Amino acid sequence: MANARSEFRCLLGPKTIHRSSFDVHQTLLDFIRLEARLTGTKEGCAEGDCGACTVLVGKLHDGVLQYEPVNACIVPLASVDNTQILTVEHLADPEPHPVQQAMAHEHGSQCGFCTPGIVMSLAGLHDACAKGQAAADTDTINDVLAGNLCRCTGYGPIISAARSACTKPTPQAFLSLQAQAESTLLQWQDDGTYLDLHGSNGRFVVPKTLEDLWRARSEVPTAQLIAGSTDVGLWVNKSHARFEGVIDLGKIGALRSIEKDDETLRLGAGVTVAESIAPLSELAPDLGPLLHRFGSRQVRAQATVGGNIANGSPIGDLAPALIALDASVDLARPDGTRTIALESFFINYGKQDISPDEIVAGVNVPLKRHAHFHCWKISKRFDQDISAVCGAFGFAIENDTITSVRIAFGGMAATPRRARRCEQALVGQAVHDALLPSAGEALAQDFAPISDMRASASYRRLAAHGLLERCLRSLGGQALPQLFPTAQKLQAVTHE
Amino acid sequence: MSNAANTSPGAALAHDSALKHTTGEAVYIDDIPLPADTLHLAVGGADTAVGTITAVALDAVRAAPGVIDVFCAADIPGENDVSPSGRGDEPLLASGEIRFDGEPVFAVVAASHRAARAAAALGQVTVRPAEPVLTVDDALSQNRFISDEQVMARGDWREAMQAAPHTTTGTLYCGGQDHFYLEGQISLAVPQEDGDMLVYCSTQHPSEIQQHLAKVLNQPAHAITVEVRRMGGGFGGKESQACQWAALAAVAASRNRKAVKCRLDRDDDMRLTGKRHDFRIDWQVGHDDQGQILSVDCNLASRCGCALDLSDPVNDRAMFHVDNAYYFPAVNIRSQRTFTNTVSNTAFRGFGGPQGMLAGERIIEGIARAIGLDPLTVRKRNFYGGADRNITPYFMQIDDFVLDEIVEELEQSSHYWARRGAIREANAADPLMVRGLALTPVKFGISFTATWFNQAGALLHIYRDGSVHLNHGGTEMGQGLFVKIAQVVSHALALPVDSIKVSATRTDKVPNTSATAASSGADLNAMAALNAANTLKRRLISFAAHHFDVDAQSVQFANGTVIAGNQQMPFAEVVELAYLARVQLSATGFYRTPKIHYNRKKARGRPFYYFAYGAAVSEVIVDTLTGESRVTAVDILHDAGKSLNPAVDLGQVEGAFIQGMGWLTNEELWWDERGKIKTYAPSTYKIPTCSDRPAKMNIALWSGGGNREPTVHRSKAVGEPPLMLAISVHQALSDAVSSISGYRFVPELNAPATPEALLHAMVYERQRAAASIS
Repeated sequence: MANARSEFRCLLGPKTIHRSSFDVHQTLLDFIRLEARLTGTKEGCAEGDCGACTVLVGKLHDGVLQYEPVNACIVPLASVDNTQILTVEHLADPEPHPVQQAMAHEHGSQCGFCTPGIVMSLAGLHDACAKGQAAADTDTINDVLAGNLCRCTGYGPIISAARSACTKPTPQAFLSLQAQAESTLLQWQDDGTYLDLHGSNGRFVVPKTLEDLWRARSEVPTAQLIAGSTDVGLWVNKSHARFEGVIDLGKIGALRSIEKDDETLRLGAGVTVAESIAPLSELAPDLGPLLHRFGSRQVRAQATVGGNIANGSPIGDLAPALIALDASVDLARPDGTRTIALESFFINYGKQDISPDEIVAGVNVPLKRHAHFHCWKISKRFDQDISAVCGAFGFAIENDTITSVRIAFGGMAATPRRARRCEQALVGQAVHDALLPSAGEALAQDFAPISDMRASASYRRLAAHGLLERCLRSLGGQALPQLFPTAQKLQAVTHE
Repeated sequence: MSNAANTSPGAALAHDSALKHTTGEAVYIDDIPLPADTLHLAVGGADTAVGTITAVALDAVRAAPGVIDVFCAADIPGENDVSPSGRGDEPLLASGEIRFDGEPVFAVVAASHRAARAAAALGQVTVRPAEPVLTVDDALSQNRFISDEQVMARGDWREAMQAAPHTTTGTLYCGGQDHFYLEGQISLAVPQEDGDMLVYCSTQHPSEIQQHLAKVLNQPAHAITVEVRRMGGGFGGKESQACQWAALAAVAASRNRKAVKCRLDRDDDMRLTGKRHDFRIDWQVGHDDQGQILSVDCNLASRCGCALDLSDPVNDRAMFHVDNAYYFPAVNIRSQRTFTNTVSNTAFRGFGGPQGMLAGERIIEGIARAIGLDPLTVRKRNFYGGADRNITPYFMQIDDFVLDEIVEELEQSSHYWARRGAIREANAADPLMVRGLALTPVKFGISFTATWFNQAGALLHIYRDGSVHLNHGGTEMGQGLFVKIAQVVSHALALPVDSIKVSATRTDKVPNTSATAASSGADLNAMAALNAANTLKRRLISFAAHHFDVDAQSVQFANGTVIAGNQQMPFAEVVELAYLARVQLSATGFYRTPKIHYNRKKARGRPFYYFAYGAAVSEVIVDTLTGESRVTAVDILHDAGKSLNPAVDLGQVEGAFIQGMGWLTNEELWWDERGKIKTYAPSTYKIPTCSDRPAKMNIALWSGGGNREPTVHRSKAVGEPPLMLAISVHQALSDAVSSISGYRFVPELNAPATPEALLHAMVYERQRAAASIS
């Protein structure tokens, strides 16, 4: 059990901030703009989709300071306890950062309103390049900027600016700022405390252990649980949600672990989507491209594996893939943990198999059950969009015969759900047979999707059938032309 | 950012605020330090698209934390209207009838932005609902129109159609578009003495805001000052649509005698402000075996929404652009402006032109598929050209047509024909992933079609130290207007560009301005600024001739100095001497576009001073299993005349292209059956992101560019025309789909070409191919 600390603390650039009480709903963005009066950071959408409010959050990873871009509009201020926040103003002090100079020089700004957010995302890339952790190639730049919308430039000049800036060394002032922050954050880490803020209108607790979590929950049973707050942040900004208290699960060590043995990969619920990409794509290569289309870098840095499951969305990107991989979910409460199949967690729209005193603690993914695995997401826009349809297909094949199959779809029903009739039509069949007619017919019986702003029911049916065909062609050994995910490597047919 | 070296017109200077943008120093309205006790405003409305208000319950709103004031339509001191059409159909706050979902009925003024919004959500507006009219088809079937039908006709089009060897017909629906400026609508109203009001507003049209606010507050126009330093994007969405929020802030500021800020949350912005008009286009073309057009009959029906707003000129401009680059020997263009229970549609970059041009290009595609020619061949055969083929459907003579040259150059540089062959082969080899290619031209008319808007003013001061301060009527929304005008003035006075300060656009500096719209910003305002600079220059020349005792002809301005015969003196010293000699060092400038006239009733005249031209080649690939697509390569050649600033102009070309591509591909507006828009935030409305930019983009300004008319330094307007280059993307997607049925039919591909639209169109082509074989 660690010691509770009632005072919030963070670094805003070089400056130490202490606050003993504030509105628990206060966002990082409101703090930056309205209280610290650093107005370079903009509000564009207040829902984490446009990136105008992107700031860098510096955290210690194994004692080393690392920066992540986040959407300040949907981050509660209290959640950045024990971190350093960097805004566009900090980069410009005393001289504009190479990214700021390159963006100006390469005509990367027009109206300028998205620019600070883009500068921060690119500063994160610049820092990673300087540390040898990334290269400013086209795919990386697209990935880094997927969460930063620009309506003026068409992006070309921004891409040029990213390329040229990332060849420049990190300014000395920025290095000193980092060094100073690292030592402060280390000191703070060493005191071992966790935040238990008695805010002006409720408690905001950021426990580090399960023990402290259970105690906080018993003290404030109605407290809203958050992890990355990429969904709950919208309730606050858009629906004016008011909580009697907030408990942030994001720093509980026991929920942050990634464990792997010969049979199972276990991801703690507090593992961020960004952190899950490497282990999951090692398990199933198709998951890598899928997860790179999960939100944006900013969202993936905040959003957690547990949150994506716990909120029960019918279109969350992880669930269909994990169901097809036969994953199970751990549900913990003070007196123990139960483990259920992930597919049975989702009961109906807005209803999950979880009791009020439980939390989603982690997911377990079997390693080798289905050697052939494919998943694809279809959305109006390639990057940073919500699925119209997401299909995941896991097959075990012996001697060209399908011995086991799990197919799950998102966007086709009120929950992520298996296509059981389609599975039955496929199991026991030879992979090289003409499986599509019967499997396709069965799939049509599996779902009765709805029409909404993402797609019509008829398109959902057609696209699901298309994904099944893509999968069966692939199983049958056909090399499929790749429209996605390596779109940038896709060559125009003949272009000098 | 080499602002030190060549800063004349033609130099590729960075945007004047570039470094301020990147360091966060540039001040937008939401960044202005607020006067003490500033209040914040939000609006609330009904949860229905149409009906009669029966009750408005606001007690809970008044009782909510932080609420200071709540008001309704009856509380507005002057006119409850901000309609730019003057029709009186755009109330600040509705009373009596609700005409679209969410239409504001009351305003809440509170201590914070969040408090105001949270309180607004507590209002209960009860409505006796009626049946909403939501789509163009609904409105057409019920004869609901917001304005009179317009017809533009030339020649005996009926007879020509009947006599034509071939006639081809079709219907095309194209969707609207949300502006998605990154900075939402915002105004800050600060009360002054005498009941005056200073309003900071993110608007393209400060003078119109001033006029409306005067009426709303029941004050003379001189009591209202509107200032805009910069917008975080406009794209037409802050021409008329900024006014309601400015007016509400001003009313609230006047009622409470405190500064009031109204900043729309993104969701409110997208629900409550107008968008690009969506259209239903029905066309018929008569043509010969060679693909030559003989007669065109085209009906353009648009969704205008619940108020007139700018729908008349928008739809007029659609009519003006159906011909695009093509001569129609006989033509009938009819335009129907439908009323719907949706938010009133408005200006959006291109202002109807893109929709009209999309129709024209679909007509060309129709001819090509009917007779089995490549669409590019049909395009070139129908280009304007020659003495007997140069009259538009509105009887304007085309005498600056340069598309033959541009298209030929682009055809070569993009290797169009080699790629065409390769794509045909690729599609034959791999029917799972189909590819498409298209080259489309753009001819876009430059000038406001309402002739009186084509005027501009400027105010130029020279201070005693030789520094220059300029105001003009144009607004900066990111398009680089200020730096272009500074370059023009710096050239006129032979001063470095850094010595010209262009400051915020204000109605008390330059009065009665036109909107910064219709691509006209630099054409009009740079000319006005140049005229002001030339006036001051003449005064200084006259002074210098007298002072140095030389002929006026021998006085020259060069490199920051004044040369008088064999004497030379720094500009600042001449200015100081002129001041001491009591020479007036301040001047206004004015400009009005010559030559233009238009009789709207007869649909006849010369509405445009000149045309801007360009062409683009787009290549795409489409997955036949899912309808997902990518634009893989784009080549653009665009005519910006003699560019005032090639960096700025290239930025406009690329940005407009990607914005147009978004309109035609990913950006889909979707209303449910009750008339609720469900795509009101970036989570559901998808503008292009970085990876949507085609991997290969070759963009060039046409080296042959100039302007036959004496525009400022022979430049051409560039804001809107390149948006329509993106029609090549839609045509390329259609080309890819058409491959499925052997290039024999025009696909039933509407816009936007979402994966869904593409997949459905491909399924239909497969059926059509099967039917035509059996």
